[in-house]
Amino acid sequence: MLEPIWQPLAQVAKELDAGRLSSVELTTQVLHHIEATEPKIHSFLTLTPETALEEARAADERRARGERGPLLGVPIAVKDVILTKGVRTTAASRILENFVAPYDATVIRRLREAGAVFLGKLNCDEFAMGSSTENSAFGPTYNPWNLQRVPGGSSGGSAAAVAAGQCFAALGTDTGGSIRQPAACCGIVGVKPSYGRVSRYGLIAYASSFDQIGPMARTVADCALVLEIIAGRDPRDATSAAQPVPRYSAELERPLRGLRLALPQECFGEGVQAEVRDAVLSAVRWFESQGVAVVETSLPHSRYAVPTYYLVATAEASSNLARYDGVRFGLRLAEEAGLLTMYGRTRASGFGAEVKRRIMLGTYALSAGYYDAYYLKALKVRTLVRRDFEAAFTRADVVAMPTAPTTAFRLGEKTGDPLQMYLSDIFTIAANLAGLPALSLPCGFDQEGLPIGLQLVGRPFQEAQLLAAAHAYEQAHPWKSQHPSL
Amino acid sequence: MEKPTSVAVRKMDYEAIIGLEVHAELLTASKMFCGCSAKFGAPPNQNTCPVCLGLPGALPVLNRRAVEFAIRAGLATNCRIELFSRWARKNYFYPDLPKGYQISQYELPICVGGWLTLDTEEGEKRIRLARIHMEEDTGKNIHDAQVDASLVDFNRSGVPLLEIVSEPDMRTPQEASAYLRKLRQILQYLEICDGNMEEGSFRCDANVSVRPRGSEALGTKVEIKNMNSFRHVERAIEFEIGRQVRALREGEPLVQETRLWDPEREVTRSMRTKEYAHDYRYFPEPDLPPVRLNREWIEAIRQSLPELPDARRSRFVQQYGLPAYDAEVLTSRRDLADYFEAVVASGASPKAASNWVMGDILRVVRERELDRHLRIDQWPVAPNFLAQLIQLIESGTISGKIGKTVFARMLETNRAPEEIVRTEGLVQITDEGALLSEIQQVLAENPDKVAQYRSGKEKLFGFFVGQVMKRTAGKANPQKVNELLRSLLESS
Amino acid sequence: MPLDRSVVQNIAHLARLELNAEEEAQYLSQLENILGYFRSLDEVDTSGVEPATEIVDPGDVVRDDVVDNPPAGEELLANAPSRHGRFFRVPKIIE
Ligand SMILES: [Zn+2]
Repeated sequence: MLEPIWQPLAQVAKELDAGRLSSVELTTQVLHHIEATEPKIHSFLTLTPETALEEARAADERRARGERGPLLGVPIAVKDVILTKGVRTTAASRILENFVAPYDATVIRRLREAGAVFLGKLNCDEFAMGSSTENSAFGPTYNPWNLQRVPGGSSGGSAAAVAAGQCFAALGTDTGGSIRQPAACCGIVGVKPSYGRVSRYGLIAYASSFDQIGPMARTVADCALVLEIIAGRDPRDATSAAQPVPRYSAELERPLRGLRLALPQECFGEGVQAEVRDAVLSAVRWFESQGVAVVETSLPHSRYAVPTYYLVATAEASSNLARYDGVRFGLRLAEEAGLLTMYGRTRASGFGAEVKRRIMLGTYALSAGYYDAYYLKALKVRTLVRRDFEAAFTRADVVAMPTAPTTAFRLGEKTGDPLQMYLSDIFTIAANLAGLPALSLPCGFDQEGLPIGLQLVGRPFQEAQLLAAAHAYEQAHPWKSQHPSL
Repeated sequence: MEKPTSVAVRKMDYEAIIGLEVHAELLTASKMFCGCSAKFGAPPNQNTCPVCLGLPGALPVLNRRAVEFAIRAGLATNCRIELFSRWARKNYFYPDLPKGYQISQYELPICVGGWLTLDTEEGEKRIRLARIHMEEDTGKNIHDAQVDASLVDFNRSGVPLLEIVSEPDMRTPQEASAYLRKLRQILQYLEICDGNMEEGSFRCDANVSVRPRGSEALGTKVEIKNMNSFRHVERAIEFEIGRQVRALREGEPLVQETRLWDPEREVTRSMRTKEYAHDYRYFPEPDLPPVRLNREWIEAIRQSLPELPDARRSRFVQQYGLPAYDAEVLTSRRDLADYFEAVVASGASPKAASNWVMGDILRVVRERELDRHLRIDQWPVAPNFLAQLIQLIESGTISGKIGKTVFARMLETNRAPEEIVRTEGLVQITDEGALLSEIQQVLAENPDKVAQYRSGKEKLFGFFVGQVMKRTAGKANPQKVNELLRSLLESS
Repeated sequence: MPLDRSVVQNIAHLARLELNAEEEAQYLSQLENILGYFRSLDEVDTSGVEPATEIVDPGDVVRDDVVDNPPAGEELLANAPSRHGRFFRVPKIIE
């Protein structure tokens, strides 16, 4: 039998229910495993072993009183852009290095109610801005499959921790691909829900009209279990949608027959690593063999997705990050030099290079004289990107494509060229522009043994359909049982 | 030193163009985007939460009542209410602005157009409104000399505001202040703003330019801030017009700028011109969906609007036969008009009620500084008691003079006037026998004065009346005393 | 589309980022590069296209006018870099 730490979340909950394992035992094992692997991976920014064990004890007591639940007593971890009351929450930034969250994000509150055990806070690109986790102010995270490679980003710590068996599931956030791309890089499953599906209250905002919190885990079913807990309307988030939340975990066995899959021609051309293209196309053929109709489609505006996204997202970011001014919380420098210098120096030293670059870009896009040419223009193209998907969904239910054009790249490979780094989001961004649900799941490895991700994009609020399709594929393929050797 | 040019000379050849921007804090219980109390006067930073402190991760959720109040204001000022309006972020850095942006409305405000009318010396004048939009208030920076720092309090951060922008339709400082008074009166009638300029719940910035009379071109616009009373508004605009006219005459350049009113020195002074121009980088607020209204709700709000000041003033003239001046004073405050009508409804005659309310009641209001909106049970004297008092006087039970005494006792004791009159023996003496004996007593004690009177010194009549009143502690019916006294003095 | 040193300085000022000369030059060249690529949007015909300001319509999302926050406790002020009692303290603001 599999070691408990490598079991799927759904399985380990059964072990706990059966009394073959206590949450305290499980949490202790996980903490040992973290201790052993963390020097290589560096997925955590803050570990909270004491409170984790307390929470584990509390979960064991709840279970002893007859309570049941798939997350009760299960150790998970959280990307460090999500507020966890009483715990340092840094957004991987110097500017929040000592910030202790005074409240819980709504997703955290819901997971606490479900009895999850919180191991700590996971590394990421600073303020979730990046595609490699190299923009963390506290050092990069290393890909468990190959320590010379990045884990992807920005939720690289989350992806690496899950892939390395350091937790059963993690929360990530996805603004332009930050759940799916690292999930692909690390060979796990990551779900970006529809915009509005999961409350953003307590998520440190990067780009408000894109940001979504989502689950990352080793199996589709595990993601479904976490998603059904965190999804749903939140009276504290006016952009959270009122649509009822299905029990995703109960809908996984939906038959594939009747499903229609669309392949956008733009996503299989130049710039895509051959092994990635082959793995994705072979996954598509498997779907076809299962009675799924496959149609060619076109997303003609997807080639504009990167500029559109980077203009709108950085504009929002430039405003969202204005609150880091050294007045009410966070870093403060040079107060003796007066207010203006305090602002300028605090922010210049507190933010890293990429964050500053995006603030500059967004400020420029919004500033007088450039607004129409950049920001407004990008918003209009955003409409066209959405229309492309609407057109595709008249002929298909799910759009399939690679999650990323390549497998995980080397550390340092793209840090010198911001634009090249931006282009690694080329396939993930469109779903964020259109607010659509999307997931990435493993569909093979390249010659160097690096995982490849298959991306499925669905209609708004059709997460259940995506999860069911992904689950069917996963059941028929061996990827989920392969783990990196550490 | 800048000195205003004399008004008389100026008026002849220049005219001022004045537009006003008013910020009115709304009387909601909670803030605009969070569940913190919007009450004034709490200890520093007590009414705050992650949302109004701009902490990481916090998100705004709109207060429905603030929208309702904005619609009320729009309907009462003849605006078009937009079924679709949008939130925008106004970006700038300041310590009292926690998020680094203010949530406001920009391209698509909730109310557009509109007007209100002023009574001016030349008759009615219509002042047009450009727009009314909703936004959140900022916190407060307190400049503390002792700690050699500025201190920030976010209790006001996120309190809902209306920004009411007029067209540049005013031409004199007096018109500007009349417009402000009218606007404040309407907001108070709507019970959406308490209109307190000193506490800052009703604030005003003015845009002033001047041009040669007859010219159509607009002059250089100057914005004036920091005026926190109607008087300051008038004085500041007056000063600014003078300054600009003088500059024009002397060929000095005028710059478009923001100037602060200095109430001590009674001048406007330039805020240091910024090295960089403001660029607020407005863009649609992604954290809030647009405001979508339905016609039914707007209609329901329209139906629930109270009678507004102009309508009520006309009605007071027609229904109660009051002079226009009385109607104006009584309707100047909604609570005052409500009080007056309650007194009349309790049986007082309108004119007597008007005299008492405008006289004694308003005197007490002034003395006690009761300038906040008063509920009907918060007035110094209950309306039915004032009506009783008026009836006691009109029926002759007490004299007008005793009436004043009873009023004073009512203020002290909150007892019914009838009870005061009864227990304190203040009923007027009208019994002729009783009065006669008092009068005879007075005449008997003053034989020399009686003789003087009879020899033609008729001024002494008042002396005898006074003596009778003194003996009866003011309770004697004055008419009866006059009649009886005259007949006694002139009979023998 | 003139992007020059003074534009970079103005943006840095608006964003309250104190940059040294080297950083200014670096951002200038990076922004030129990025924005040059982003000009590809000019190819797209967007006439008559509404800007996407709303991603999903979440329905009626307002709150009732109810005070439901407790008075702010110490934890909300505890992250302040500098305080004076219950006030946040900042360098003196000169108007
Ligand atoms: Zn609040």
